[in-house]
Amino acid sequence: MSVFEGFRFRHVTSPIHNRDPRIKFLFVLAIFVIAIFFMELLPLLVLFFVPLPFVWVAGVKKEWLRSLRGAVFLASFIFIFNFVFGYLYRSYPSTTTLLEFSLAMTLRFLVLVESFSIFFLTTSPDHLSLALEQSHVPYEFTFAFTTAVRFVPVLAEEAQTIMDAQKARGLELERGNFLKRVRNYIPILIPLIVSAIRRSLELAEAMESRAWGASPKRTNLYVLKIKAGDLALLVLAIGLLVLGIYVRYFVPIPQLSTFLPPLPF
Amino acid sequence: MSVIETQGLTYTYPGATKQSLRDVTLAVERGEFAILTGPSGCGKTTLCRCFNGLIPHFYAGELKGDLKVADLSVNEHTIGEMAKRVGLVFQNPENQLFALSVEKDVAFGLENLGMPREQMQERVDWALQMTGIEDLRERAPHELSGGQQQRVAIASVLAMQPEIIVFDEPTSFLDPLGAQKIFEVISQLNKKLGISVILVEHRLDLAARYAGHVIIMDEGKIVLDGEPRDIFNSEQAWLLGVGIPKAVRLWRLLEENGIALKGVPTSSDEATQYLKEVLWRR
Amino acid sequence: MATIEAKDIHFTYRTGVEALKGVSLTIKDGEFVAIMGQNGAGKTTLVKNFNGLLRPTKGEVNVDGISTKDVSVAKLARTVGFVFQNPDHQLFSETVEEEIAFALRNFGFDEAKVEKRVTWALNLLDLTEYRKTSPFMLSGGERKRVALASVLAWDPKVVILDEPTIGQDHRQKENLRQFIVQLNEQGKTVVIVTHDVEFVAECSPRVVLMREGKIIADGAAKRILTDTTLALEASIVPPQITQIFHGLTFLGLPSDVIDVSEAKKILVEHFRGSRR
Repeated sequence: MSVFEGFRFRHVTSPIHNRDPRIKFLFVLAIFVIAIFFMELLPLLVLFFVPLPFVWVAGVKKEWLRSLRGAVFLASFIFIFNFVFGYLYRSYPSTTTLLEFSLAMTLRFLVLVESFSIFFLTTSPDHLSLALEQSHVPYEFTFAFTTAVRFVPVLAEEAQTIMDAQKARGLELERGNFLKRVRNYIPILIPLIVSAIRRSLELAEAMESRAWGASPKRTNLYVLKIKAGDLALLVLAIGLLVLGIYVRYFVPIPQLSTFLPPLPF
Repeated sequence: MSVIETQGLTYTYPGATKQSLRDVTLAVERGEFAILTGPSGCGKTTLCRCFNGLIPHFYAGELKGDLKVADLSVNEHTIGEMAKRVGLVFQNPENQLFALSVEKDVAFGLENLGMPREQMQERVDWALQMTGIEDLRERAPHELSGGQQQRVAIASVLAMQPEIIVFDEPTSFLDPLGAQKIFEVISQLNKKLGISVILVEHRLDLAARYAGHVIIMDEGKIVLDGEPRDIFNSEQAWLLGVGIPKAVRLWRLLEENGIALKGVPTSSDEATQYLKEVLWRR
Repeated sequence: MATIEAKDIHFTYRTGVEALKGVSLTIKDGEFVAIMGQNGAGKTTLVKNFNGLLRPTKGEVNVDGISTKDVSVAKLARTVGFVFQNPDHQLFSETVEEEIAFALRNFGFDEAKVEKRVTWALNLLDLTEYRKTSPFMLSGGERKRVALASVLAWDPKVVILDEPTIGQDHRQKENLRQFIVQLNEQGKTVVIVTHDVEFVAECSPRVVLMREGKIIADGAAKRILTDTTLALEASIVPPQITQIFHGLTFLGLPSDVIDVSEAKKILVEHFRGSRR
């Protein structure tokens, strides 16, 4: 259940964690857009290294590397796909250029993964929900999101308890053919679903009792204020975007392969 | 001056064959600490739901009879309006907390009411202080113990500054020490802030000492209503199988054997005191 | 003969929480034991090591002489029945009958045997009228009885009950107490995990008191529940009768009283005696 550990509220602070999520999101979006501009390896390589200082400052190296490791499977698939099809349809002048292109496409995907990863690693769920609220997303959706995140660890624990209870009645989850194994999960799913329904009812009662919907204009205890650091990040994002556009249209990008000795094939 | 007044209250859940409340008539005075108890299924939880308007507004079905809570007629006001005067704390601490931090949870009700931020912050600070959980301000609900979670729930209700708070078996999931702490908090709210309290409880051995008024229900009806000592002394209470405190049971047994104590003790301290007076002859 | 033996066991959860820090315990066949302590002391963690749901990170647990590390949970469950705190974590069948039959079928009983055992269990827990009812239609107390019936149906030698008194009214607790005592008198080994001191005072079993992952006391209920130092250490509230008598020790009255009837007897004797 380690994947749920990531949803637990972590009391980590850093200059990156403290940035307004909306600005952070714009920054990530800017990187994403710039990544789309280029098909060449060199700029994408540069772009890949851009978020690294942020990872280091935020102190999330371990988790960030873990998310990249998770993307390795899909990344290698993208690489192989591009390389094989490019080779079969002979759309490239040489194998080295094809290699470079495939690497570039893979890197583009990794740039996407790394930037979104940093975003989620440095934005706590309630910070995120606050950003959603202030971006005028209807409160029902934000509330649903926050409540879901809040209950993830609770549901995980409950699922474990239910599994234990049924195992203690002789249920063997690992035995049997595929069909039997699927059927064996019914005694786990039904109590889980019934419990979820019961929980929703209790939550609804508690919400109503605390004046849910009483006022058409809902206020908020916290407010996100744009600070100097956020403006700096915004300026950086815009700056990168402008630089990206400039390089794309006015700077000829060399192929890395021209710097390398020709390969034997 | 009553803070709760009902006359002939009757209610059936939609689709149910039996009435959950049958002709319930009772009154709770302002500033009182009343205990509501009775065997499982007697209707105490249903009655609590009526006090803040969940019945009839959240649960369908017709609520017959009169019910006035904090001068508001339940049938004529929305749950939101009732929430400003009546708070309800539920049995399961986990399912009353929505937010990702304690502070935000305590503010939840105030946010719903559209209170301005500065005022909210003051209220939240005050509520946290009153329930003794200021140091838990930034914690996430899942990290807290059951007793701490329940105190957060109480703080969130308290923040709305209701005149009366109804507690529906708030200590069911807590160990006796945790339960005691909760009763202490509730008692403080009652004594220091003058908030009227209705406590639904089975664990009378721990809670009886705080109450000035005991109401016992059975099968949807009120069967006993009065002062704790009279109630615990009555034959009916014994027959109903309500959790009469051991101190009272001892008093009964002693009486049957010719030893009369000054009165009916509702706590172990009182029992010890009365016994000292009777047995210490020197 | 079912004996449960825990030899200096340690258990640490994957989250890093060390729940058991060296626990040694022997439960003999036919014993009635109450594992007590504050919420978080490690009681449930300990009993989950008895049926293999958890296996100690250090040390060993033997059931009937066989280490739990060598046997599956399903096999251990035949001997050690576990009734969980919340019946809703178990109930999933269309009828009470099916619910009770579930474990029996898992253990490979033939249909004829299943039928017999289901009828027996229904009868034992006074649920015969609900045989064909959906368990979800029953009240809280009835659902608890269905959960209990579904575990007793396969007649395990040991029955572990995790916090059986939560949410129960006085009458239900009294019925439960009588039922548990009866089970024990019939030869079953009964282990209850509870923080309900009054309930334990009425049952008077062997009490194993835990605190922060260790056993700090093990003995008769009468002795353990009346020890003020232990009560403070384990953060438990002594039974009301005990509290009363602790204020009367200066009269020369005993301090190890937990039962109301015994209390009455002692006080009546003292009263009559001091009148001479």
